Amino acid sequence: MFCPSRLSGELSRRTFLSSMLVLAAPLVDAADATHADNLLSFDTLYKSVGVLGTVYSDQAKALKNKDVRMRGYMAPPLKPESKFFVLTREPVAVCPFCASDAQWPSDIVVVYLREALAPINLSRRIEVAGTLEMGSWTDPQTGFVSQVRIVDATVHK
Amino acid sequence: MRSKTSFLSAAVLAAALSTTCSAQTIFPLTRADILAGALFDFKVEFDGVVDPAQVKVSINGVDYTKTLGKTADLVAKEDGKEVSSLILRDASIRKPGTYVVTATDGKSTSSVTWTVYGTPAKKAAKNVILFIGDGFSIGHRTAMRILSKGIEGGKYTSKLAIDEMPNMALLTTQGTDSIITDSANAAHAYTTGHKSCVNALGVYCSRAANSLDHPKVETITSLAKRHGMAVGAVTNSEIEDATPAAMVAHTRRRSDYNDIVDMFYQSKIDVMMGGGSPNFLPKSTPGSKRKDDVDYIERFKQADYRLATTKTEMLAAANDPKTTKLLGLYNTGNVDGALDLKFLKKGSVAQFPDQPDVPESMNAALKVLSRNKNGFVLMVESARIDKYSHSLDAERAIYDAIMLDNAVKQAKQWAKAHGDNTLILVTADHSHAVSVVGTVDDNKPGPDMRNKIGTYNEAGFPNYPAPDADGYPNKVDVSRRLRVLFGSYPDHYDTFAPHLEGEFVPAIRNAAGVMVANDAYKDAPGAELRVGNLPNIGSGAANNGVHTGDDVVLTAMGPGAQKVHGQMENTDLFRVMAEALALSPQKLATASKASDQ
Repeated sequence: MFCPSRLSGELSRRTFLSSMLVLAAPLVDAADATHADNLLSFDTLYKSVGVLGTVYSDQAKALKNKDVRMRGYMAPPLKPESKFFVLTREPVAVCPFCASDAQWPSDIVVVYLREALAPINLSRRIEVAGTLEMGSWTDPQTGFVSQVRIVDATVHK
Repeated sequence: MRSKTSFLSAAVLAAALSTTCSAQTIFPLTRADILAGALFDFKVEFDGVVDPAQVKVSINGVDYTKTLGKTADLVAKEDGKEVSSLILRDASIRKPGTYVVTATDGKSTSSVTWTVYGTPAKKAAKNVILFIGDGFSIGHRTAMRILSKGIEGGKYTSKLAIDEMPNMALLTTQGTDSIITDSANAAHAYTTGHKSCVNALGVYCSRAANSLDHPKVETITSLAKRHGMAVGAVTNSEIEDATPAAMVAHTRRRSDYNDIVDMFYQSKIDVMMGGGSPNFLPKSTPGSKRKDDVDYIERFKQADYRLATTKTEMLAAANDPKTTKLLGLYNTGNVDGALDLKFLKKGSVAQFPDQPDVPESMNAALKVLSRNKNGFVLMVESARIDKYSHSLDAERAIYDAIMLDNAVKQAKQWAKAHGDNTLILVTADHSHAVSVVGTVDDNKPGPDMRNKIGTYNEAGFPNYPAPDADGYPNKVDVSRRLRVLFGSYPDHYDTFAPHLEGEFVPAIRNAAGVMVANDAYKDAPGAELRVGNLPNIGSGAANNGVHTGDDVVLTAMGPGAQKVHGQMENTDLFRVMAEALALSPQKLATASKASDQ
């Protein structure tokens, strides 16, 4: 049996959910002055993401090997002792069988930290500052492959 | 029927063996059913370093080389450890029957029993289409039926395509290591006829250090290709993901994506379609996930595959009568599911606006594969029923179940129009704890969402709009909607509503390493915290729902489908396919009975 749908109660939910993204934006401390003009985002990192490869944006290419800052979510570390973590566009629900790079989104950024990081809330957006590296790199310890990295990085909550 | 005496003597022997013979592990494991002529790796693992002169391995009381035709390598110290192993790659046994394998190192003895079976001499089916709804469970089936079919007078007005099939069985899905499978060893059971362990594809799980060194068993792809048939794998997951990979792969670790791409290439499979392009790109290409500079896109092209990266390209390639090999890669990750692809346009639809759905990919595959006059084997997967069930996203899972039904409907039409000689099998690889418990009605009084749930007579009927021609209502956020519950879950906020904003992310690890509810949903109207019922700390911490060990349903039609009935092991599905296609033709009419001993 199918009845005409009723809209009551749905618009408010939809409005809420679209506003939720804005509300979810965390408070970010003022970034280092040296990084102030070099804010990259997951939207501005690439000109295009395609099946046959990604194309970096002109801004990203111009910032290669320079200091940048970037906001995203820290994915659960692959190993507690890892010196690096994966920065993602959205909080990631990690596949329980994927202890490798196999099933990560293709637009991740790998962050190599300057020093060990105190535990942080993975559901809060963070800002990472460091030097932008581009090009394939296989982590010698874990075998994790990355195309974009921020190295010598610090994390701002 | 066995006599009581012989049963008792067998029991005494088994008891004796079990008390004295735990030293060696023999692969294939005991109770393996092996297709006559199919290749397998034979391995005996000893629990210490052995004296080669003391090692004796017999099959039915005669030195094993007599049956297997070759001599195995005795590896003195496997992987540099103080253990020896006997390894023989690519063995096979041609004659159906019961084989008792006994191995001794002079100190202790182990024994296993294999059943080798043949098939009828002539194939009953020209083609086989195997549909796998990943994680597709009874609850999904009921929910999709409610959304896709009307109810009048308490009866559904029509049947799902997956239900309207003459044969049905319950498949058990447990493996060699656990009562619970994952999609790897579950699909492996279908594609090889052997049981294996979680995360394994095309191998038994041995102690080998390297994931690619475990004892292999032959896949349906290899067997069908040896018989001159075409083979295809169509999915909306990454093509390297467990279910499609089971068509070609031999690895202990399903996440060996780069190796799996090479296994697809080496298998010479004719059609492969899904997502997961980054593992095909050389590492020098931005967006690649490879660790080497091998360009598999180029390698496939040089091997005469047509490449399609969009639905438009796929249709053009399939419609070209010269196309006999097709590689379709439509997304860097998983292809978007039906709800996002067709209605909500969330997920990665903005990034990849021209992705085919599973039925469209299947139809392209059918066009290409049917150009081989010897017939074909095609595996079609609706993969994200499982992925969305892991994330407790019921609506997305249900829409992808409807998508599976659409594919089956069209396959049945295709089979009817093309000689009625295609065996169609529809099943799941494992289950989720998912159930339809009633409805949620926004118009019920009061502030608490839980008190808007209708159970029993108060559930009534949901008010989704009538479905379109493909069985999809064009709206999921209706005021009286299905209440579908998952029985296993991490901490999460229950919002009592579909996730129009994108796939649900129920739980996230907190700073202390504990899996906690994702507070992005905390302030959704009416959201209630559900304290999880799965581990939330340590390596077993769950950030989503988990597979269950419930049986799955197999429905079947076409030549060979009569073998589908009652309760069967998941490995029996392989045998149904092998027999229908006569993959091990035996001259004697009694050949297939040999395995019934």
